[in-house]
Amino acid sequence: MATVKPRVKVPKSAAVGEVITIKTLISHDMETGLIKDKKTGELIPRKIINKFVASFEGTPVFTANIEPAVSANPYFEFTMKVPGPGTMRFEWTDDDGTVYETEKNIAVA
Amino acid sequence: MELTRRNLGAMCAGVVAAAALAGKSGLAFAAEDNGTAAAIQAFTGGAAVAEGGVTIGAPEIAENGSTVPIEVNADGADAIMILASANPNAGVATFEFSTLSGSSSAATRIRLAKTQDVIAVARMADGSFSMAKRQIKVTIGGCGG
Repeated sequence: MATVKPRVKVPKSAAVGEVITIKTLISHDMETGLIKDKKTGELIPRKIINKFVASFEGTPVFTANIEPAVSANPYFEFTMKVPGPGTMRFEWTDDDGTVYETEKNIAVA
Repeated sequence: MELTRRNLGAMCAGVVAAAALAGKSGLAFAAEDNGTAAAIQAFTGGAAVAEGGVTIGAPEIAENGSTVPIEVNADGADAIMILASANPNAGVATFEFSTLSGSSSAATRIRLAKTQDVIAVARMADGSFSMAKRQIKVTIGGCGG
């Protein structure tokens, strides 16, 4: 599998109380476990990102519990009402236990 | 008839027409039980589920079943569960919102094996449940091999 890379789009600054849209993407094959390897005829084992959590200053904002029916390179878009300046943290959990993460700071205009 | 990409479209047109008729029959789920009803039961604990108050944004026709954009919205919801009524397995994703959410809405991209209803069940802050369904026609199924 290629390197797993997260990418997030968050405004660098916002007004207190402003509702911002956050877009997140992570490169991941999201193997469903339903497809056979064409060469061996064996089922390719399931391996997906099964959970995504976005939190602000430690408080969860948005959580996705994910099944194999979510497309490869899982994309999530959601909103947050900015309570003040702080750091947003994004975590993706793989079936194998690996947690991929990234952070973005939001300043208050 | 050999299944080639050229005639897949023609074959699917017939399936789509039949499914469109079936889809108009109200809140009926797929004939094959892929766990849709059980998933709703588990999420709601058997509570009554109202219709309305939940919107599903999706294309009417998805050219590529491997990546179908979906948006769900339910004002005042704590959580929204998305199900696919005719995928091999019903579960797609469950979103949880918080007091920091700007709105109880989210978008993602999902895999649909064939034309079917996508169902969104919302749990409201007051503990009640609402749902909506939307049929999405799929021309090339998203389950691959």
